[in-house]
Amino acid sequence: MHDVVLDKIRKTYNKNSLVAVDNVSLSVNKGELFGLIGPDGAGKTSIFRILTTLLLPDGGNASVSGYDVVKDYKIIRNHVGYMPGRFSLYQDLSVEENLNFFATLFGTTIKENYDLIKEIYVQIEPFKTRRAGKLSGGMKQKLALCCALIHRPTVLFLDEPTTGVDTVSRKEFWEMLKRLKSQGITIMVSTPYMDEATLCERIALIQSGKILSINTPANVIAQFPQNLFAIKSTNMSGLLKDLRDFGNIESCNAFGEYHHITLSDESDATQHELKTYLESKQHENIVLQSTTPTIEDCFIQLMNNQDGGNSN
Amino acid sequence: MAEIVIKAEKLTKRFGDFIAANEITFDVYAGEIFGFLGANGAGKTTAMRMLCGLSTPSSGKAIIAGFDIYKQTESIKKNIGYMSQKFSLYEDLTVIENITFFGGIYGLSDKEIKEKSEILIQQLGLQGVTKKLVGSLPLGWKQKLSFSVAVLHEPKIVFLDEPTGGVDPVTRRQFWDLIYEASDKGITIFVTTHYMDEAEYCNRISMMVDGVVKALDTPSNLKQEFAAGTMDEVFFELARGAKRKGD
Repeated sequence: MHDVVLDKIRKTYNKNSLVAVDNVSLSVNKGELFGLIGPDGAGKTSIFRILTTLLLPDGGNASVSGYDVVKDYKIIRNHVGYMPGRFSLYQDLSVEENLNFFATLFGTTIKENYDLIKEIYVQIEPFKTRRAGKLSGGMKQKLALCCALIHRPTVLFLDEPTTGVDTVSRKEFWEMLKRLKSQGITIMVSTPYMDEATLCERIALIQSGKILSINTPANVIAQFPQNLFAIKSTNMSGLLKDLRDFGNIESCNAFGEYHHITLSDESDATQHELKTYLESKQHENIVLQSTTPTIEDCFIQLMNNQDGGNSN
Repeated sequence: MAEIVIKAEKLTKRFGDFIAANEITFDVYAGEIFGFLGANGAGKTTAMRMLCGLSTPSSGKAIIAGFDIYKQTESIKKNIGYMSQKFSLYEDLTVIENITFFGGIYGLSDKEIKEKSEILIQQLGLQGVTKKLVGSLPLGWKQKLSFSVAVLHEPKIVFLDEPTGGVDPVTRRQFWDLIYEASDKGITIFVTTHYMDEAEYCNRISMMVDGVVKALDTPSNLKQEFAAGTMDEVFFELARGAKRKGD
């Protein structure tokens, strides 16, 4: 059964001049941890706001837990939890007051659903009398999550919960999500960090309002159409330029310690030719090896494909 | 040895009992790409504000582009560029108005502004949109334009505070091409980022934890020192012991 369904959803702004969401169709299974992966301006927030009934689509249909986002908005609001990208709790209420307030709004109490938030709440409980506005970024995030959960939603929408958060806190946050998922809550989460994609069960890669791919992370990677090579030398910025000038290079992107490249001809002879060419350009300690694509490799490949398609 | 453009010695900033930056000491060389990393709340922003001449240290010394951090803050501001994801360009001014405005702020003459803006517009391929509001441009273009504006006056150092946050992976890489270009011209790059692949593009990395610089070396030496395969693991090793949380 699907808990979230989007069918050709479209949303435009500025008198139709800006297409934020362009005929997006996708569905999220009950109990699934689903990731919407894409950069700023991809349309992630518009999709979340349509699903949480805060924004009306221009076209298409969408439902949450079987309820229509336009007709049944009142029911949906009782059933979903939403953590917006921008901190939107009451800054001048304390931690405890915020949580109480949201529990009351949904006709419940902290006590009734404490088991669901306990693991997260104990981390901020020592500061329960502190005003929300005075909390650190990490603590604000935990409080916002507690407030989004306090009415025991069936579907949880998290819009970029880890943006601007350091690696350590990001890891902790994803651990929390896994535990929530094990309690049967359907979770739809968005992120601009491609490396977080592999932590989801299924992902939709999205760019400029269009879906590039929907699949499990493993299948997205398996569908990368070519062999990918990692290459490095002692002069990495020079290497990038020289690689782009090599005839058989199809794509060439910096990826941290290595550059990732695809070749239009993957034969051993071409690989050898490439090394010889780079040596002639004074590159030293050249390492060329096969590598497994990351989600980011796939995203770039799909993005370039789409751009190519558009210009033709 | 290359010229030292940032020299920080026991630089400290206290807010009451709280020591945001605790005796931080490091040198940055001309033309270097220096990655300034740290967990949330480690004191990066405080340190960066001091180095830009925006916040007076509680104690310690620092020389930025040859100027004293206590007495010559105005000269420092003229000789550095600054860009962050949050503050870069004015959205309700056009491309050309932004360039003219920032050129003026950085003390360029009208003639210099005219010449430089023509070159810049051509380099970035913005010929068709010079009279468009910056707010209407795609994020990637904005980021590239705001970097180019931050180095318009050819500063010795440019400070980049999470310049690529939320930017698509293709634009993110194009942005680093611009950083490399500026570095090749001798401009020193002082950059913070949450992307650990970008940490690899830096010549040297400093890692701040709880107000102190806990590690400072080239990415490959750091990986060796912490027996880590990636910078992500190095960061995790260093930051997981942090007592301060969040910013």
